[in-house]
Formats: sequence, C-alpha cells, structure tokens
Amino acid sequence: MNINKSLLPLVNPLSKDNPVIVQVLGICSALAVTAKLEPAVVMTISVTAVLALANVIISLLRNTIPTSIRIIVQLVVVAALVVIVDQVLKAWNYEVSKALSVFIGLIITNCIIMGRLEAFAMSNRPWPSFLDGIGNGLGYGIILIIVGFFRELLGSGTLFGYQVIPQWCYDHGYQNNGMMILPPMALITVACIIWVHRSRNKDLQE
Amino acid sequence: MNRQSNLYTIIYSTVLVLVVGVVLSVVYQALRPQQLENIANDTKRQILASARIAPENGESVAQLFDSHISERYIVNSKGEKIDGNTDPFKVNVAMEVKKPAEERMLPVFECTTDNGLKYIVPVYGAGLWGPIWGYVAFDDNGDTIYGAYFAHQGETPGLGAEIEKPTFSGQFDGKNIFSDNGEFTSVAVVKTGKEPAGRAWVHAVSGGTITSQGVQKMLFDSLEPYSAFFRELKNNTSDK
Repeated sequence: MNINKSLLPLVNPLSKDNPVIVQVLGICSALAVTAKLEPAVVMTISVTAVLALANVIISLLRNTIPTSIRIIVQLVVVAALVVIVDQVLKAWNYEVSKALSVFIGLIITNCIIMGRLEAFAMSNRPWPSFLDGIGNGLGYGIILIIVGFFRELLGSGTLFGYQVIPQWCYDHGYQNNGMMILPPMALITVACIIWVHRSRNKDLQE
Repeated sequence: MNRQSNLYTIIYSTVLVLVVGVVLSVVYQALRPQQLENIANDTKRQILASARIAPENGESVAQLFDSHISERYIVNSKGEKIDGNTDPFKVNVAMEVKKPAEERMLPVFECTTDNGLKYIVPVYGAGLWGPIWGYVAFDDNGDTIYGAYFAHQGETPGLGAEIEKPTFSGQFDGKNIFSDNGEFTSVAVVKTGKEPAGRAWVHAVSGGTITSQGVQKMLFDSLEPYSAFFRELKNNTSDK
C-alpha cells in the first residue's frame, strides 16, 4: 500500500502500531468499558478528543516547556482536558456519564495518552501531532468497539441496547453467556484479536 | 531567558496553573445549570422507579414526575406535617439521617399510580464501600411496600451492586413493615435458612453480606422515624 508519508501518524496506529494490540497499552480501560457497545463508543470519542487536543497543546508548547517539569506540564494539560470532557458529559449526556463514572477520570492515567505526549508531541509539529492523536485514539477505539461488539452480542444478545438475537433462539434453548459480561472475557477477546492480527502480520511475530 | 533556570520553571508552572484554573472555572460555571437539572431529573427518575413508573422512550422525566407526584410535604417524627419553605425534593437525606430522629425533616411524596395513591419516602445508609440509598413506595395503608428502588455509589459489581437490580428490589413488593401486633419491624434482609418469624423478610444478595446488612439497617433507620406517620395512615384506612 502506498500512503502519503504525512498521513503515517494517522494510519500506523490503526494496525501496525496499534496502541492496544501491539504496544499493549490502555488494557485496563479496555476491559472496564467494553461490556456494552455504547460506553465503548463514548470512551473512544472521549479518549480521541483528549488525546488529539493534548497532543496539539503540548506540541505548541514543546519549545517552551522546561525539561525538569515536562511530565507535570503534560499531566496538568491532560487532567484539565479530562475534567472538561467529564463536565461536558455530565451536562449533555448524563446517563453515559453515570455509566462511565470513574473511567472518565481515569483517562488521565491511560498510558496511551502520556505515552504519545512524551514520545510524539514533545518532538513534532502541531499538525502531525494532531494526526497522531486522532490515529492513536481511533486505533484504541477500534479494539474497544470490536471487543464491545462481541461482549454485548454474546453476553446480552443486544447491540447498542437493541435486541438482535431473535426470541426464537431463546425459545430453542439458546442462552446469553453471562461470562462475556465479566472483565476476564475482555482480556480473552483482546488476546483473540492479537492472535488474528499477529498471524496476518508475520513481521510482528517475535 | 534561560529555559532551564529555576525562575523560568517557577514562572512557567504558575502561569500554566492560573490559565488552566481560569479555563476550568469558566467551563464549570457555564455547564452548571444544565448539570443540576440532570441531577434533579435523575432523582425524579429514581423516585418514580420506586412506584414502578419508568419513562417511555422520549418521555420527559420532569413532566412524568409532575403528572404523577400530586403532593409533597415534610413530616416530623410525630407524623405531623411541618410548614416550611423547604422543598421536600431538596431535602438532603444524607444529612438528615445523621440527626436524632426527633429533629429530622422527613420528606413524603404522594404519587398517583394506576393502582391508587402511593406514599414514597427516601432511605439512605451505608454499604460496604460507600453510601447506598433508595426510595420506597407504600400503599395507602401505610404498611405494605408497593415498590422499592435502591442505588449505590460503589458496591462490588456482581455482589453488593446487585441491590440495584429488580431481582433484589422486587422482593420487597407486598412486604409489611409492621408486624401483626402493630409493632414497627421494618423488613429483614437475611440469608436462606435464617428467615425470622414475626416480621417480613427478603433474601440477601449472596456474596454481598455487608451490603445486604447495610440495606436492612438503612431501611430500619430511615423508615423508623416515619412510623408515626405510617401508623396514622394505617389507622385511617382500617377505620374505613
């Protein structure tokens, strides 16, 4: 595939350099918010927004930040953005904000965000940093949504809260797999995704 | 200016924190009214849930609340209505339960349902990890529970957190809080095999012992001050 080089920060994290399944970062939230699709989608949007904005802000400030407190500066910027996301959700989408409750606050500790700020935004210009933020946010989100899709479908028989497994299946003895709702199944699903991904990308195999 | 000097670092961090502080307070002020409305609507949803009323798709909780809650007032532990300017909806139940029973303000919501008039009262207590609360709706005999709604802040998912599920709260429907000889007994939350005689009980959540005990204590402590009020209702209906 021939991709414009300037778009690499956007495209790479989607597959070859995916933060969740290749770098194995942000696993904690991946199991916490994926029992249903809707919180997974909201988490994706929130993380992408926070990551893109934080990347741009840090990239703009990168030449002024004193090295000795650069991690603190990054944290302050991320924390401020997360509080804003939290407040906006509380005002405009209270139900989701209640469902995600503590996990929104925990975006601050998502290693993907600090990782991208330190590894990319501190040494790149705002536009590539923005693309990198969007790319990594989406790369994280894709995995969340895939995991959320299977967990909600197999665990509750619904997608976005709508019943998709027809009633006659239940009448014939089909049952929702309650274990899919529990956190361990998120890890196992992620592991299955990694398995498929590695077997298709031989160069990633160790 | 030398970017690595101490002075620069101190000035930089001061300015940064000031800017962030101003931005956050502006956002907070701008969104506050909308957030308060959401919280109020959520409380209304919980109150209605105890009387088994849930908003249909697209229905506004605030409207539903206004159409069903016909009256609201505050009573004291003697069962007398207190005249005052406090809106029963705004009474902070968490603060009230800390006071001695005689001084408490006890909110009551009268709710018209398809099955007649119900009296809804708030309950508040402690679970294992944090506060638990809920609303209990009573039939107009002041004795029989019509429905209950429980919520929690951070009980263990799958264990204590099960108290918010209808499988648990549904058990309360039809239980009486007074014993046959008229004594206030509340409802016990007990393990299988430990069912008490002479008082109403429901089964505890397995694996959620402390939370279940919390629910039992919450019900007793929060409902007891209402017992005079309920007794009066009870007497009024038995006269008829």
